[in-house]
Amino acid sequence: MTPTPLSVTVDEGTRVAIKHQGIGSSPVRPDGTLKVRGEFAYASDLWMEDMLCGVTLRSPHPYARIRSIDIGEALATPGVYAVLTHEDVPGQNRYGLEHADQPVLAEDVVRYQGEPVAVVAADHPEIARRAAGKITVDYEVLHPLTDARAALEPSAPRLHDGGNLVRHLKIRKGDHDPQPEADAVVVGEYSVGMQDQAFLGPESGLAVPSGDGGVELHVATQWLHADQKQICTALGLPPEMVRLTLSGVGGAFGGREDLSMHIHACLLARHTGNPVKMVYNREESFFGHVHRHPATMRYEHGVKRDGTIVYVRAELWLDGGAYASTTNAVTGNAGTMGIGPYVVPNVHLDCYGVYTNNPPCGAMRGFGAVQAAFAYESQLDKIADELGLDPVEVRCRNAMEQGSEAPTGQTVDSPAPVAELLRRLQAMPLPPEPATPGPVDLRDLPGGVSNTTHGEGVVRGIGYAVGYKNVGFSEGFDDYSTARVRLEVVGGEPTATVHTAAAEVGQGLITVEQQICRTELGVERVVVHPKDTRVGSGGSTSASRQTYVTGGAVRAACRKVRDRVLGVVQQRLGRTHADLRLDGGKVVSDAYGVLADLADVLRGEAFEETVEWRHRPTQPVDPETGQGFAHVQYAYSAHRAVVDVDVDLGLIKVVELACVQDVGKAINPQAVTGQIEGGTAQGLGLAVMEEIVVENGKIMNPSFTDYLIPTILDMPPMRIEVLEYPDPHAPYGLRGVGEPPTISSGPAVLQAIRAATGRWLTRVPVRPEHIIETGFGTASHRGQEGRVEHG
Amino acid sequence: MDFLQPTSWLDALAVKSERPEAMPIAGGTDVMVELNFDVRRPAALLDLTRVPELAEWAVYDGRVRLGAAVTYTQVIAELTDRLPGLAIASRTVGSPQIRNRGTVGGNLGAASPAGDSHPILLAVDAEVEAASVTGTRRIPVAEFFTGVKRHALRPDELIAAVWVPAATGPQQFCKIGTRNAMVIAVTAFAIALHPERRRVGTGFGSAAATPRPAPEAEEFLSQALAEEGLWESRAAPRDSVVRRFGELVADAASPIDDVRGTAGYRRHGLQVMARRAFTWAWNDYRKA
Ligand SMILES: Cc1cc2nc3c(=O)[nH]c(=O)nc-3n(C[C@H](O)[C@H](O)[C@H](O)COP(=O)(O)OP(=O)(O)OC[C@H]3O[C@@H](n4cnc5c(N)ncnc54)[C@H](O)[C@@H]3O)c2cc1C
Repeated sequence: MTPTPLSVTVDEGTRVAIKHQGIGSSPVRPDGTLKVRGEFAYASDLWMEDMLCGVTLRSPHPYARIRSIDIGEALATPGVYAVLTHEDVPGQNRYGLEHADQPVLAEDVVRYQGEPVAVVAADHPEIARRAAGKITVDYEVLHPLTDARAALEPSAPRLHDGGNLVRHLKIRKGDHDPQPEADAVVVGEYSVGMQDQAFLGPESGLAVPSGDGGVELHVATQWLHADQKQICTALGLPPEMVRLTLSGVGGAFGGREDLSMHIHACLLARHTGNPVKMVYNREESFFGHVHRHPATMRYEHGVKRDGTIVYVRAELWLDGGAYASTTNAVTGNAGTMGIGPYVVPNVHLDCYGVYTNNPPCGAMRGFGAVQAAFAYESQLDKIADELGLDPVEVRCRNAMEQGSEAPTGQTVDSPAPVAELLRRLQAMPLPPEPATPGPVDLRDLPGGVSNTTHGEGVVRGIGYAVGYKNVGFSEGFDDYSTARVRLEVVGGEPTATVHTAAAEVGQGLITVEQQICRTELGVERVVVHPKDTRVGSGGSTSASRQTYVTGGAVRAACRKVRDRVLGVVQQRLGRTHADLRLDGGKVVSDAYGVLADLADVLRGEAFEETVEWRHRPTQPVDPETGQGFAHVQYAYSAHRAVVDVDVDLGLIKVVELACVQDVGKAINPQAVTGQIEGGTAQGLGLAVMEEIVVENGKIMNPSFTDYLIPTILDMPPMRIEVLEYPDPHAPYGLRGVGEPPTISSGPAVLQAIRAATGRWLTRVPVRPEHIIETGFGTASHRGQEGRVEHG
Repeated sequence: MDFLQPTSWLDALAVKSERPEAMPIAGGTDVMVELNFDVRRPAALLDLTRVPELAEWAVYDGRVRLGAAVTYTQVIAELTDRLPGLAIASRTVGSPQIRNRGTVGGNLGAASPAGDSHPILLAVDAEVEAASVTGTRRIPVAEFFTGVKRHALRPDELIAAVWVPAATGPQQFCKIGTRNAMVIAVTAFAIALHPERRRVGTGFGSAAATPRPAPEAEEFLSQALAEEGLWESRAAPRDSVVRRFGELVADAASPIDDVRGTAGYRRHGLQVMARRAFTWAWNDYRKA
């Protein structure tokens, strides 16, 4: 009984097309054609004979005490195989990525709307759903705590034993009282709404009981081994008995770093002895994963007349919701990168990550750096405005560069071309001015074919922003990946097989692994083993880290294999060559040319090596000052946004987004561009539309009807420049790519809207009513509004 | 759940009279969403996609009889000349996939205050042809909507068609959404000029429990245009007239605050749309 589908196969046609496609090229992705044709098998397509369907009963209340749970009627429903509550969790009823504070199934209290209370397995999804509806939970509804700042008041109810503070990160750098040196002080308060990852493939997985009493889980996830560890704790099983295989992932963006249905499906499978599939629908998905932390941020910048920043004082509050998830690390990022890629001698910053009864928040692309960037980039624009300076100039004057000291006190020890990114953007040509009277294509205007303007009220604005973020896990985390590489002859052809547990979530890691093997081993044919826990951890597919860390591991394993092969060659030749390499299926010496066919060297033998590879260690930061070598690498990007705003209706059309990003080395240039485009769109979404609206702890828009993500008419064409300044510490000099564009695009769009409207907007997403003064008849009427053309 | 699939209109009516609880399904773009989200559990579905008559339109005496199952895509491709306002509105609906499936009859059946076909149907005084085994009646669109997602059909009735007068003057439709495509209206507005009657028709959506016309605004503007002889001279009305028209349209609304927008913004948006839409329509009239 093998569930379908499990592995990625590369067919003959694709194989020929990828000839000589090592690093620096853009081979066709094995999943590309399948996805475009709608044939790719996602986790929601998993299927097995005799499988049951699992559903989750969730709390309707953001905060309540559970008096009792009655499962009798549900269990008696024909077709139902199991109804489980917290009492059925054999191991520890707690899980979590950083702190195990989240119950697998709620015990005596629920802390957010949507918290799982019971799970049901039945032979049909509909029966399972109906049975779940028959579970009676007696709740004593409590008043939810929904404001992150209020949650820190001494009078606030304590949601967890340790209180409501998850983390307070402090940065203390430089003078205590630098204010006198400043010519001007610029103050601002900003807020960011709750964004969702909005991945298109909902949470899904299939748990299969195994003969040894263990379980096999096929699941769409970002980090197989972290899942495995948490599942083992909850099931009370050793890791050998909980085996995970990655299934087809339909987007992740951080939302699959935490567990969703994993433990539930395993519990049901072990309880019933049947395979159990759980798949969330779109609405449940909004309750089934963590979101981006909403933030309120207060900033004060002291500046010299020429724009030089003398000091920054800042306070940031991140609403972590009901459980910790990754709030600790998100707080660390928002704090340590809270002033942006600028050199500031004096920093006094406090960043708080807080528990509330709002939906839990955790990882999402940009991870703390996104929120802070809206605040610090707004401040830079405000400084420029108040001093009458060019916004790009002010940024360049303060820009971080190689050798600068970060607010953590660490020296930036690889290229940091912050000013260059901005200057290149500024030098790019602007898109043509809006069409002058005459026929217009509605799709080019704010509102699109909804036909709200033919040019009336439309004003253009331009905004710049730059952002940065750490690549890889920080603050002393043992951040490694494992790669197993085997080289052997298959069907007469030298073939490499690469096995890692690093999750492919759509970003293209499979292709990158193949490219690295081709470059290092000089073979064309590379088989990527299905991603599973039969090899050591690959670490998380997050923090823009997989090409760096798993790429580094694959390279290291390849080199070990290569060295062994070359050792054999030299043994057979009876002499040493210092200049051997593998290329095009041959053993090549620079001095003597081709020495042997790789296939002849390998003969019947398989050369296999497994390597655990780590980047340079980082350090925890000092709890009182935030000083320390916290981050192994930073990645930078900058955007220029050109935006047309219908200032009478508050509708927005982003006309162009230009981006310059340094990637160190573009391992796969097409994938790099794809990441920049996708990341930019996600940042734009946060700036103008994407928000989970939460009222009294309840989600008001858990659907794609009202949680809006950009369409092709919202996301403009891009101009992209990719720079390659190698980082001497990283494999191939590469820099993580996926997150930076999500950080700088939103602030650039926000500033462009401000430029167009003349309104100092301080909250994202910007809504039309923020641009228009609400209230009847108070808006200004510019342009040709309401005028009848003459002639 | 029973799935009933009549293949002729008479059979469909017979089924509906025998099983009044059966829920009609045309394009399914509302029905399937409700079923998937467990909002409704009808005992039976009455599939209308095999009734060929429903997917046809014809012109009788200057009026288009639009079969209930005519899709938005059909309206755009085939009726832009006769029903320009409905075609503009159709273009704003959903995505190409939704426009291929979704129907005007289904939009009426759903009777959402945000239905995009409704404002223009109000502005042109369209009529809904309701039918049952006992006969046929015509319901003016303004009387069709009786509450949020409620309409005037009897349980044994089906929508056979909508009677929409072919345009005699310019028409416009505008819809505000917080995304530039695939968006439900925050609020929407339609206008139709009826030069032969010296009248202006209006309709708006998502700003009251039902789609509504703005009769005072219609009256005011029709009179203002007539008094100044502008229908004949085709000259531009004064700015103050256009402005007042916008205010009166907004006054006709009774919007609420919700996740899509505030009541204040909706009123404001209606004013702006009313002024703009009238201006575009009048400019077209002047050029005609
Ligand atoms: C992604 C998406 C986007 C959408 N975007 C928009 C949009 O922009 N604007 C908009 O207005 N709507 C939108 N809708 C809603 C929907 O597409 C429209 O209301 C459409 O007109 C419904 O038509 P249908 O044929 O699919 O109706 P169905 O779903 O088949 O039926 C809708 C209702 O009408 C009833 N009904 C259907 N035919 C008859 C009949 N002949 N007699 C009596 N009752 C009948 C049904 O019982 C049901 O109550 C969207 C829907 C989706 C899923």
